[in-house]
Amino acid sequence: MTRLSWFNVVSLTLGFAFLYIPMLILIIFSFNESKLVTVWAGFSTKWYGELMQNEAFLNAAWVTVKVAVMSSTLATVLGTMAAYVMVRGGRFMGRTLFSGMIYAPLVMPEVITGLSLLLLFIGIGLDRGVLTIVLAHTTFSMCYVSVVVSSRLVTFDRSLEEAALDLGCSPAEAFRLVTLPIIAPAVISGWLLAFTLSLDDLVIASFTSGPSATTLPIKIFSAVRLGVSPEINALSTIMIAIVTVGVITASLVSKRAMVRQKQEEQAAARTT
Amino acid sequence: MGDIVSSTVFEPWTDPQAEPLIRFRNVTKRFGSFTAIDDLTLDIYEKEFFALLGPSGCGKTTMMRMLAGFENPTEGSIELAGRDIANVPPNKRAVNMMFQSYALFPHLNIWDNIAFGLRRDKMPKVDLEARVEEMLKLTRLEKFAKRKPHQISGGQRQRVALARSLAKAPKLLLLDEPLGALDKKLRQDTQFELMDIQEKTGTTFVIVTHDQEEAMTVASRVAVMDEGHLMQVATPDRIYENPESVYVADFIGDVNIIQGRASAVGGETYSIDWAEGQGQLTATSATSFDNGQTCHLAIRPEKVTITADRPEVADNVVQGRVHDIAYLGNLSTYHVELPNGTIIKAQTANTRRISRRSFTWEDPVWLSWTATAGVLLAN
Amino acid sequence: MRRAVLIAIPYAWLLALFLVPFGIVLKISLSDTAIAIPPYVPTLDLAEGWAGFRAFLSELDFENFVWLTEDDLYWKAYLSSLKIALISTIFTLLVGYPMAYGMARAPEEWRPTLMMLVILPFWTSFLIRVYAWMGILSNEGFLNQALLWLGVIGEPLALLNTNTAVYIGIVYTYLPFMILPIYAALDRLDGSLIEAAEDLGCSRLQAFWLVTIPLSRPGIIAGSFLVFIPVLGEFVIPSLLGGSGTLMIGKVLWEEFFSNRDWPVASAVAVVLLLILVIPIVLFQRNQQKQAEAEQ
Repeated sequence: MTRLSWFNVVSLTLGFAFLYIPMLILIIFSFNESKLVTVWAGFSTKWYGELMQNEAFLNAAWVTVKVAVMSSTLATVLGTMAAYVMVRGGRFMGRTLFSGMIYAPLVMPEVITGLSLLLLFIGIGLDRGVLTIVLAHTTFSMCYVSVVVSSRLVTFDRSLEEAALDLGCSPAEAFRLVTLPIIAPAVISGWLLAFTLSLDDLVIASFTSGPSATTLPIKIFSAVRLGVSPEINALSTIMIAIVTVGVITASLVSKRAMVRQKQEEQAAARTT
Repeated sequence: MGDIVSSTVFEPWTDPQAEPLIRFRNVTKRFGSFTAIDDLTLDIYEKEFFALLGPSGCGKTTMMRMLAGFENPTEGSIELAGRDIANVPPNKRAVNMMFQSYALFPHLNIWDNIAFGLRRDKMPKVDLEARVEEMLKLTRLEKFAKRKPHQISGGQRQRVALARSLAKAPKLLLLDEPLGALDKKLRQDTQFELMDIQEKTGTTFVIVTHDQEEAMTVASRVAVMDEGHLMQVATPDRIYENPESVYVADFIGDVNIIQGRASAVGGETYSIDWAEGQGQLTATSATSFDNGQTCHLAIRPEKVTITADRPEVADNVVQGRVHDIAYLGNLSTYHVELPNGTIIKAQTANTRRISRRSFTWEDPVWLSWTATAGVLLAN
Repeated sequence: MRRAVLIAIPYAWLLALFLVPFGIVLKISLSDTAIAIPPYVPTLDLAEGWAGFRAFLSELDFENFVWLTEDDLYWKAYLSSLKIALISTIFTLLVGYPMAYGMARAPEEWRPTLMMLVILPFWTSFLIRVYAWMGILSNEGFLNQALLWLGVIGEPLALLNTNTAVYIGIVYTYLPFMILPIYAALDRLDGSLIEAAEDLGCSRLQAFWLVTIPLSRPGIIAGSFLVFIPVLGEFVIPSLLGGSGTLMIGKVLWEEFFSNRDWPVASAVAVVLLLILVIPIVLFQRNQQKQAEAEQ
C-alpha cells in the first residue's frame, strides 16, 4: 500500500499540523518579552532566567525526578516479574484475578486510583509524602511495564530457554543468562515508559502527596489554573526539548541498529 | 535411498545380550484428553543413529522432549543407561538437544554459544578453550568464532547448533528436524556430514524427522510412528523392502497397493483374486493367510516392468493404457490405467533420450512382475 | 518453590495496593460523613472483636448512593461525561483514521518517522499539551487573533472554558491512542487484498469501504475504547479548558473530595463510575482477546 493520494497527503499534513502547531506556539511564546503570553513583544529569554530563580519549581522538579527514578525502577522489577508470571507461569490459583489486576489499572480513571490509594494510606496511617507517591506510581506503572515486557515475552522463542536448561542452566540461570539479556530492550522501554508516566502524573500525585512533597505537575497545575504565564511556557519548552531529544535519539539508535542487523544478515546469506 | 552399509556389521539390536542405552517401557503421554504417546516400548542402543519418522502430530517430538526432560511420561518409565530418568530435570541429564530452530543465543557470539554449556559445568578455562576449539574445528567454524548468530548463514548456524550440543560430550544427542531449515542441496551434503560426525564422536544420535529420505540416509534404524504408536522399527532397507503394514509401505516411497482375497496355492505361494474380469495374481509371503482373507499386495513401481508386447514368461501380467507420464529426468513413472479403472505405476530408468521413448500417452502396454516382487500385507 | 515466590511478590503488591484500596473505597461509600478524623463513621475497631464487626456492618448503608440519585448534579454529571466521551471519541476517530490510513499508505521509509511523530506528543507531558491550548483558545488567544486578522469574525469568540474547548483538548491529547491501533491494523493489511478487490470490479472507494474498513475494525474498536474509557473519568481537561457549565464526573469527584471533604460521597461517586466503566472495559478486553487469537 504505497500509493499516497492527495487525500492522504492532505490528511497527514493537517493532522500533524494539528498535533504540532499548539506546541510550536507554546515554545515561541516562551521567548516573548511581554508578560502577556498572547501578544508578541520581542525576543527574550528572561522567563528562563526567572524560572531558574524560582525555588519552588526547582524543588518540585527535584522531588518529581526522585519519585520517577524510584518508582520506575521498582515498577520495572515488579512489572517484569508479573509479565514473566503471566506468560510463563502456567496455571496457578487466582490467575484470572492476577491478570485482571494487571490490566485494570491501564484503563482505570486516575481519580479513582488516586482516591482509593489515598484512603488506603490514611487507613493504615502512612504519612503522605515522597514514599506514598512512589508506592502509588509504582502500582500503576508496573502494569504498563508488565504489558510492554509480556508482549516481548510472548514472541520470545521458548526453545532458547529450553536450550539453556538443556546445556545445564538452572531455571534462574536461564533467566539471567539468556532471557533477560534478550528481552532487555523491552525492559528498558518499560522503564522509560514508567519514568515518563511518573513525571507526567498530576491526578494520582495530587491525591497521594502531602505538604512535604509537591511534584512539578502539581505545581504547574496550580499555577496554570490562574491563567497562562510565560514562565510555565519556558518550563514546558524545556520539558518538550528534553523529551524530543530523547525520543529522536532513541529512534535513531534503534533504526541504525536495525539497518546494521539487516545488512549483516544479508551479508551472511551471501556467504553460503 | 542411499543407505550406506558399513563394512563391519553393527547390529546390537539383534544381540540379546546387549544392554540398551535408552529403554522406553510402556510409556504413555497424555496432554489433557489427547494421547500423544500410547503404551510405547522401545530400546535404543549405544552408538546408534536412530531416526523417529512420522507425519506431524505422530508423537515423535513428544518422545524426544521426554528424553530431553521437557516432558515427563504420564505412565511407564524411561531409562537412560539403566537409570530411570523420570525426575531428573533437563539441566541434570547427560543428554543434549539440537533444536529445530537451532535456538542459538542471539546475544552471544559463536564461541560463547559453544562454550555456554561447558561454563555451566565450571570446566577449567584451559580445558574449556581446548574443547571449544575442537568443536569449532569439527564443524569447520573456526573462521566464524567471533561472529554473532545473525552474521552467519543458515548452514553455518546449523553447524553451530550441532557443535554447541556436542560440546558437553553427551551420552545421547537429540536432533529435532536438524536439517529442516536448509534448502535441498545443502540438506543432502549436511546429511553425510552428520553421519561423519556421529561416527567420529561415537555419540548416540536420535533424530526426529518427517523426511523419509533423510531418515533412510542417515539412520542405522528407523522407527515409523503414527498417532502415538510405533508402526515398525527396523533398518532402512527392511523398512523399504519388507514393510509390515500398508501404512509403512505407503509412507516410505512410492507404492502400488492392490487389495484382494488370498487363497493358498501351496508352500508360501498365494493367489490373489482382486478384480472382476482380471486374472488372479500370484505372490509369495512368509506370513500365512487364510483362504478368502482380505490382503493387500504392495509393489514398488520400479519392480513393475512395462512392455509393448505381452511378456512370454511372467508370474503376473496385466494389460492397460498409458494414462500419464511423470518425467523425472533419470526416471519416468508411467501411470497405467487398467480396463477396470485401477491405476498401476511402473517406473523405468531413462537410458534413452526422451525423443526415442518407447511409450506415449494412450499406448496399450503390458505390465508384469514376479511373484516375489511385492509384499503381501494383512493390513 | 522459586515459582511461588515469583508469583507471590507482584501478586501481593497488587492485592495490597490495588484491590484492598477498592475495598476501602467501597466500604467508605457505605459510611456516613462526620466531622472527625477520618471524616466518616463508622470506623472499624478490631479491639471489639466479632460484636464490634457486626455493629460496624449494621451501620453501613446505601444512603450515599440514594443521595447520588436525589441530587441531579450527579446523574447529570454522569450523563454529560458519557456524552462528552462519546462525541469526542467520534471526533478523534474522524481525525485519527485518515491519519492512520495516510501513514499506512506512505512509502516504507517514511513510516518510522511518521510513527515517531505520532508517538512524540504521547511522551510529552499531558498537562503541558492541555496547557498549550489555553493560550490558543483564550479571548486574546492565537486562534481568535488569527480569525480576526482574516476577517472571519468581527469580535473574539468565547472558546476557552466551554465544552468546545474540552472537545478540542480531548481530541488533541488522545489522538495518538486512536491512531496507533488503527495504524497497526492497517499496516498488517495485505496490499494485494485491495488489488484483488479492484481486480474483481470494485472502484477504489468501494474497495476501501468493503475491504479496508472491515479489516481495520479491530483497530478502530481498540482505539475507540482507548479514548472513551479514560475520557469518561477525565479531570485535567475539563478543569483547565472547561467552564462552570462543563460537567464531568472526574471533576465532580475531585471537588467532592478536595473542596467539600465529603469522602463517603466521593467514594460513592467512584463506585458508580467504576460500575459504568465495567461494560466498556469488558468489551475492550473481549476485542483485544479476539485480536490476539486471530493473530495466532
